[in-house]
Amino acid sequence: MSTSDSATTTGTPPAPPGVASRGISLHPASSIPATAPAPTRHPKVEVRRLSFFYGKFKALHDIDLDIHDRQITAFIGPSGCGKSTLLRTLNRIYELYPGQRATGQVLLGGRNLLDRADDVNLLRARVGMVFQKPTPFPMSVRDNISFGVGLYERLSRSEMDERVQWALEKAALWSEVKDKLRQDGTALSGGQQQRLCIARAVAVKPEVLLLDEPASALDPISTQKIEQLLSELRQDYTIAIVTHNMQQAARVSDYTAFMYLGRIVEFGDTKTMFTKPTHQQTEEYITGRFG
Amino acid sequence: MTLHARRRIVNHVALSLSILATAFGLFWLGWLLWTLLDNGLSWITPRLFIESTPPPGSQGGLANALFGSAILTIAGVAIGAPAGVLAGTYLAEFGRTSRLGAAVRFVNDILLSAPSIIVGVFVYALIVLKTGHFSGWAGAVALALIVLPVVVRTTENMMRLVPDSLREAAAALGAPMWKITLRVVYRSALPGIMTGVLLGTARISGETAPLLFTALNNQFWSTDMTRPFPNLPTVIFQFAMSPYEDWQHLAWAAALLITASILAINIVARILLRRARP
Amino acid sequence: MTSAEAAQDVRSLSPGQPARSRARRISIADQLFRALAAAFAALVLLAVLGVLIVLLHGSWPALKTFRFGFLTSKEWNPVTGQFGALAPLYGTVVTSLIALLVGVPVSFGIALVITELAPAWLKRPIGIAIELLAAIPSIIYGMWGLFVFAPRFAAHVQPWLTDHLGHLPIVGALFQGPPMGIGMLTAGLILAIMIIPFMAAVMRDVFETVPASLRESAYAVGCTTWEVVWRVVLPYTRVGVIGGVILGLGRALGETMAVTFVIGNAHEINASLFMAGNTISSTLANEFTEAVTPIYTSSLLALGLLLFILTFLVLVAARVMLSKLRTRDGVHT
Repeated sequence: MSTSDSATTTGTPPAPPGVASRGISLHPASSIPATAPAPTRHPKVEVRRLSFFYGKFKALHDIDLDIHDRQITAFIGPSGCGKSTLLRTLNRIYELYPGQRATGQVLLGGRNLLDRADDVNLLRARVGMVFQKPTPFPMSVRDNISFGVGLYERLSRSEMDERVQWALEKAALWSEVKDKLRQDGTALSGGQQQRLCIARAVAVKPEVLLLDEPASALDPISTQKIEQLLSELRQDYTIAIVTHNMQQAARVSDYTAFMYLGRIVEFGDTKTMFTKPTHQQTEEYITGRFG
Repeated sequence: MTLHARRRIVNHVALSLSILATAFGLFWLGWLLWTLLDNGLSWITPRLFIESTPPPGSQGGLANALFGSAILTIAGVAIGAPAGVLAGTYLAEFGRTSRLGAAVRFVNDILLSAPSIIVGVFVYALIVLKTGHFSGWAGAVALALIVLPVVVRTTENMMRLVPDSLREAAAALGAPMWKITLRVVYRSALPGIMTGVLLGTARISGETAPLLFTALNNQFWSTDMTRPFPNLPTVIFQFAMSPYEDWQHLAWAAALLITASILAINIVARILLRRARP
Repeated sequence: MTSAEAAQDVRSLSPGQPARSRARRISIADQLFRALAAAFAALVLLAVLGVLIVLLHGSWPALKTFRFGFLTSKEWNPVTGQFGALAPLYGTVVTSLIALLVGVPVSFGIALVITELAPAWLKRPIGIAIELLAAIPSIIYGMWGLFVFAPRFAAHVQPWLTDHLGHLPIVGALFQGPPMGIGMLTAGLILAIMIIPFMAAVMRDVFETVPASLRESAYAVGCTTWEVVWRVVLPYTRVGVIGGVILGLGRALGETMAVTFVIGNAHEINASLFMAGNTISSTLANEFTEAVTPIYTSSLLALGLLLFILTFLVLVAARVMLSKLRTRDGVHT
């Protein structure tokens, strides 16, 4: 009975029908919450024939994919499959580095965001990103949040205070830091720092939130808090999350994309992906036979 | 004698010599500091800070030289440090792989290890010859050229220590490059950069050679930077080599003052650096 | 807050200003910032080029007049206008060599003690003491050398050297002559004391890059401390150590004030180290402001050019060594 990388599991709810017969209790499908709502379909970000190059090396091959509005789409796959690369094209953060380029289209609201004529900074205010390692700025908690907001909006002091509170509440961090707003962001614990980063990303009111393995550097309890957070944020934001933890993908996401060697092998709603995957490779990865 | 016994003896001899070497090195430090204190401490009087340098054979103080050195050092740092920070910023943020960056790094090392007297000669030709006289400004420029490479190097190193993930996080919010550098990177690297500036300051406080042909010296109290300007190191050079006892006493007092302030700056820089490292 | 409203917020920053012109403004700001930084980086480049140009331009008359003979002539006569670099060059090289001969083993010993022998509580104070030694300005060393060290050196050490080593076949010639206290040997020793802290710090840093597992496996096999250092640590760090030594050499070559006080300022070349001499930098320090004729100044500038080239070559050698270390094992030195 091979098990997949199970860094965190939140107990084992009763296995859904069809899986019990396999007798695998750590199968990611058993992590799918029984009360998960049915996923809705309404494309927010449409990726069309996206390819990506690190210098001469082609890391992504003609990706075609829809990321649906107000849903959580998870990207899973073995190391080096390109899931982080794909995420990083969505806010053109790769443009910070010479030698990296993307071809194809990524449509947000009908416009191709890869179009170089478009202001990349404005794009990044609409598409927010949270990284694997928490990256609080060397400033107070309040300034961390107001930094991003102040880039694009002129708010009065009280308006800014409101926004800071709103963002911290959204990130389920307000109660823990409301007396420590002036404290340096780096003085918080790891889990708090990551939620601060989420608050910071949410504060500018983006349309899409990209999360690159947001909980992999955190302890199980912090991870749980972040996952709960994501479920709530789903109501207002389109979320794309890269994770190497399949149980996490099963717990949290509505749609899952399985990637391998720079290609999308399979994409579908999470429940189907984990219980009745179409491709054999998908099933082999999910059951831990490779990767 | 067995091989083992011989190895042990070799070990003992080598280690003893090493310990002797360390004692040797520390011995000179101790002797030097002792000499300074012994010869200079008794001549540290309030008079030193009130009166200017005297003509040979009479008594006086170091006020003009102290003031002059302070002004020259501040001016040198004021010119050299901002330039160094900006150049270091280029190397750390824009020039990591560019050819200009590689060239500047190499050339900066040359300037860093160039004998300070050559810098003095350069500024002499550049400023003193062109203006026709020695001046405090020439001295300040010479000192700035000595501070510059130190600050460039520490700024680049400190800024490179700031992880790229922090830059990416700011970029991901839509911040333009200049804002990322100013508000995030500088803020992170500031203690380290300050340390670099302080170390550069300490270095130029004691430099004599570059001032010999630029600021020269001035026996009197002066605030005119366009003329020969009083400074402590040149006073020491002049007074120490002279046969006059009064002058020699003043030279020792001046030496003690310079050493004490440099050591103080170094200690402050060290404390600052330790606070910066998490 | 719906997504539509969110998009509205972002674009509402400057009402009436379309997104594109804002993009252009930011991009201009970024370009200005980059240009400013690049300008100052170029300034560093210009400064060094300027030094080279000034030295070349100023020394040209002397070089044209004396040709290659400048390097081989001992003559230094302001009155007749005959100048040669041999004496200062000789002094520069010899004093630096003495500094290395004495300084390298001592620095090595200090680095060994700090990394292998000293108990944890002692490591930091010794390191700090060494760095303080490095911070003391060279004019202080000069004063101390002239007034404190030289007399005692003349009284106690020099006679001893002459008595015991003066009669040896070749080496003896180095220790002849009156014990004046100042001279080439004294200058070399003071230089040694000055570069020791610098080299010791570099060696210590390099020794500390040796992975603990490597040292531990040497000890585990039964090596004595000395053998670990000599047979494992040193070969591993060989290139970095040599780089540090070369940098120390560069320092010694350019050192001015300390040497000027104790070298005796004589344009001569003697076999004996007890005799006075000159280095390039001490010559410049003593005579630059007194050079009255153009050929005199030009010769001094030619000396400066020589020194600049010398330190440049030393720097290049050190860089080559250090970059070999960097490529070999990716260690950031």
